[in-house]
Amino acid sequence: MSITTPLVPHEPGRTSEPPAEVVGRLEETWRHRPGFWGWVCSVEHKSIATRYIITAVVFFILGGIEAAVMRAQLARPENGVLGPDAYNQFFTMHGSTMMFLFAVPVMDAMGLYLVPLMIGTRNVAFPRLNAYGYWVYLFGGLFLYVMFFLNTGPDVGWFAYVPLAGPEFTPGKRADVWAQLVTFTEVSALVASVEMIVTIFKQRAPGMTLGRLPLFVWAMLVQSFMVLFAMPWVATASQFLAMDRLIATHFFNPAEGGDALLWQHLFWFFGHPEVYIIFVPALGFVSMIVSTFTRRQVFGYPAMVLSLVATAFLGFGLWVHHMFATGVPQLGASFFTAASMMIAIPSGVQIFCWVATIWSGRPRFTTPFLFVLGFVALFLIGGFTGVMVASIPFDLQVHDTYFVVAHFHYVLIGGAVFPLFGAFYYWFPKATGRMLDERLGRWNFWLFFIGMNLTFFPMHQLGFEGMPRRVYTYLAATGWGDLNLLASAGAVVIAASVLVFLVNVARSLRSGARAGENPWGAESLEWATASPPRPYNFAYIPVVDGRAPLWEHPEGLPVVEGLRTDVREVLITTMLDAEPDSRHRHPEPSVWPLLAAIASTVFFVALIFTPWAFPIGIALLFLALLGWAWPRGEEHREERMIEREA
Amino acid sequence: MLQAVTQFPGAHSVLAPAGPQARMAESLWNPMYAVSIVVYILVMGALFWAAFRRRRADEPAVTPERERTLRRVVTGATVATTIVLFVFLVLNVSVGRAVTAHPGENPIQLLVTGHQWWWEVQYRDSVPQRWVTTANEIHVPVGRPVVVELRSSDVIHSIWPPNLSGKHDLIPGNENSFWFQADSAGVYRTECAEFCGHQHAKMSLLVVAQHPDSFAQWLTQQRDTARTPTDTLALKGRAVFLGSSCVMCHAVAGTPAGSRIGPDLTHLASRATIAAGTLPNTPGNLAGWIVDPQRIKPGVLMPPNQLDPEQLQALLAYLETLR
Amino acid sequence: MSSPSRSALAVLGPAVLLLVATSACEREDRQFRNWPPAAGAATVVRESPLQPGPPTPNPPVHVEYANNAWAVSQGQQLYNQFNCSGCHFQGGGGIGPPLMDSQWIYGSAPQNIFETIMEGRPNGMPSFRGRLGNDQVWKLVYYVRSMSGLLPKDVAPGRTDNMQVRPQEQATKKAVPVQSFTPPTSE
Repeated sequence: MSITTPLVPHEPGRTSEPPAEVVGRLEETWRHRPGFWGWVCSVEHKSIATRYIITAVVFFILGGIEAAVMRAQLARPENGVLGPDAYNQFFTMHGSTMMFLFAVPVMDAMGLYLVPLMIGTRNVAFPRLNAYGYWVYLFGGLFLYVMFFLNTGPDVGWFAYVPLAGPEFTPGKRADVWAQLVTFTEVSALVASVEMIVTIFKQRAPGMTLGRLPLFVWAMLVQSFMVLFAMPWVATASQFLAMDRLIATHFFNPAEGGDALLWQHLFWFFGHPEVYIIFVPALGFVSMIVSTFTRRQVFGYPAMVLSLVATAFLGFGLWVHHMFATGVPQLGASFFTAASMMIAIPSGVQIFCWVATIWSGRPRFTTPFLFVLGFVALFLIGGFTGVMVASIPFDLQVHDTYFVVAHFHYVLIGGAVFPLFGAFYYWFPKATGRMLDERLGRWNFWLFFIGMNLTFFPMHQLGFEGMPRRVYTYLAATGWGDLNLLASAGAVVIAASVLVFLVNVARSLRSGARAGENPWGAESLEWATASPPRPYNFAYIPVVDGRAPLWEHPEGLPVVEGLRTDVREVLITTMLDAEPDSRHRHPEPSVWPLLAAIASTVFFVALIFTPWAFPIGIALLFLALLGWAWPRGEEHREERMIEREA
Repeated sequence: MLQAVTQFPGAHSVLAPAGPQARMAESLWNPMYAVSIVVYILVMGALFWAAFRRRRADEPAVTPERERTLRRVVTGATVATTIVLFVFLVLNVSVGRAVTAHPGENPIQLLVTGHQWWWEVQYRDSVPQRWVTTANEIHVPVGRPVVVELRSSDVIHSIWPPNLSGKHDLIPGNENSFWFQADSAGVYRTECAEFCGHQHAKMSLLVVAQHPDSFAQWLTQQRDTARTPTDTLALKGRAVFLGSSCVMCHAVAGTPAGSRIGPDLTHLASRATIAAGTLPNTPGNLAGWIVDPQRIKPGVLMPPNQLDPEQLQALLAYLETLR
Repeated sequence: MSSPSRSALAVLGPAVLLLVATSACEREDRQFRNWPPAAGAATVVRESPLQPGPPTPNPPVHVEYANNAWAVSQGQQLYNQFNCSGCHFQGGGGIGPPLMDSQWIYGSAPQNIFETIMEGRPNGMPSFRGRLGNDQVWKLVYYVRSMSGLLPKDVAPGRTDNMQVRPQEQATKKAVPVQSFTPPTSE
């Protein structure tokens, strides 16, 4: 069969009805292998991302249950639901789960699902690596929870400050479990970010220049670079910690020339960007939802993109504001005050642009749009308290109190979870072919909004009244009882709202209204294909000549033809202008990513117990990678350059 | 608004400052709070107007002159945000400088050492014999600055009397210090604000601000060693104290007991609380604490002591004499 | 896979997991309120520094901490706080005999070490009866055993935040106990 056909542009309007034989061949080439074996071998970005999202939501629920138990404990003074030992494990598990096993993975997963569809390609750049990343994440999460049920859950906080988390004050394996959990999640996050960057830079549909990228894709690009620069720091820190604990190094031991503050610097140099790693993709959701439901493109595209980039840069310059109480010199600390205030500006710009978009558009008040309005209402509060804690004298008062607990829950729930729920409602029809119920959606939104405020707003006041964070109980005489009871009542409302969401999903999967290709009338490429999309995403690769392709071509998108349909092939385009560059033979499904992930898991877990894990783990991993990279004839044929016009 | 709460557990609110530092921090709160409210109302108002305003059926979404107006509005809002933030920045940095500025003259010198889960307090003096060691309670004269040097014997703790000052960490291997001043008499509660293990929740300290005269009196009293009691029950209690496991960890000046692992008990009966601000210092609480501390603070490093009732009564009588 | 081996796996797998699980649970257990009866007899108040006649100890309840990392680390803290290091140093011995070697003069069994601490021994080892609770002594006993590598590696303590003067207990090679007849060094 001839395989050297150059790309052939098609007349507009061909996307939706490709000839049956083309579709048949694509189906055959990209089909899922049947059964359980096919499922574990799958390298398709949508099925992996779906697993990722479901796993992350399960961890969200587990983290939520932990929060609910903590709220039960704190509802009354001197309560007996949890003792200090259990409470410390619970709050550490809650924080670690929400940050490492829910927020970052779920954002990555949304990106892994949507980005290839939005940029018009068939799969992510390194599909096997993608599968590997998921398995490593899953095994890391299972490892943490198995250990938790064995009473070996970490109990040193998600920040694991030394020397408390060091070998002298946390004997046993609890802190080692935390350190290795970080290893798991950071491997999977780095893998996801590498895929994302390469996919976005090299696999965009012809004509989709960087200036025409959907804002969500921009957000994922920025977030991936942040992951790339932030994760190595926590990797370093957690390995230092593990080495201090297991082989008696002295990175954090002042008596031998180490420094306890070194940990805080390393951790927060990751830990602060981490917040933006979670928040930036959420900004992408908001932009997509706003433009769809106001029926116009988001106002101020360049400003939006520059704001994302500015947020990413500034996000790395704030970490010391977590450490004002450690005695940093006043002048030095003032720079971090300035940076912490400055980062409010790009967030402000984006909010102003969305308001402008909504003002000049024609809003439709669907559930996703409600979540966006809720996002603005909540995130603003978190943003204001964020500016407040940038102030050193004020921060010294509220640092490590419930005021800060309130602050970051407003930022993370308001700023990230609300857009995420909006995104679930928005893209659920694309992923499943069925609409979520709007009435239940409204219940979900209002319960969440009310519950969130009931739970976290009183915490501002508790902080002012002197309630420190991470306390397993408090004395009745402190007078914190009533507000805590209110907060605990709010937690019940939040739990109810999540329950409504789950019911909505379950009902809709069985009997939801059918969604067509583009139920919302949106403008980006993911809506130009079937719901749910076929394994190859698009029969023909679309060609893009603007920022809102579906609105600019209501009659149907222009496409190109010429990619092979008898083998898996994706189109590689140039980095800036997205001109067709080459065709790339795409990997087939494989079980090796799973085996490599199992080898990594054995390696990481065994390291906690014996240094022999090093040689054994590396040998196992070597074998797995050998199998992964073993040449298999046809599959690894070189890329063929596309003949380009001069 | 100044609170002079004298009963347990003492005042602990950021918004009722009783010293210059806390007052400065609180002075930042009001403008930041006010501006936040105004901006919140403006932005949410704009959002609601944008979302719910009446639209003509034929109103076009995007026209060049509309976009130009919007650009002007967005730019204006951004500039306004920047200006407000800049004003805050200047305000914050100048207040921050004032807070860290050197205290007035003749400050009281204190050394506070954090332990899991109690505070060791030492009053410094140019004459080492006049040093005073106590635990979980700081007495200060009203109106005189107090310079506190901070150390930790184990993990990181953080000292925080909300009415008087912000937090300052006690970090092993690091020097840290701060100063505060109480402007009105009262009892101000201090919590440990950095997670430090099982009993982070029950690690408090009382700052007792009092008239300079009564402070001087208190200090003189604290410099005394413990007197040997005269009544028989207390004498028996002293024998129980010195003959049991108490002396492995606790010190009573003027007796052979000199261990520094647990709080110094030389003037235990003069303190308002026991177990680091957890219980009022009453004989009943003290007995419960001695016999079964793990019920009150699970995980605390004090072991249970099974004394027979007579011994316990005698011991309590002795501890009562440690004024 | 043949079905017998599969069913063997079905039996063995959970069994191994259960084993791992129980050992993990015991290692991480933090039993704060270990009394009565673990804390043993009522505190003996010693009215005189002189030890009366032959000791008549109540048979102490044996508290097993061989697999409990928390208790052993508490023992490590007590070892330093109660100045065991004043004579035994960090295990290498000095005034008192070394604790990190294989030589045991009065026996290496937990019960022996318990007696040694409680009753004292000739040539300088004081008696701590009445000074320490039974529970504390059991913690010390197992920490002392960890010093010569007699505890599992995942239970023995890691390094402390002090100057490093000896390998941390979890890296100490197991020194198989040998009965020593060498008299204590202090004569």
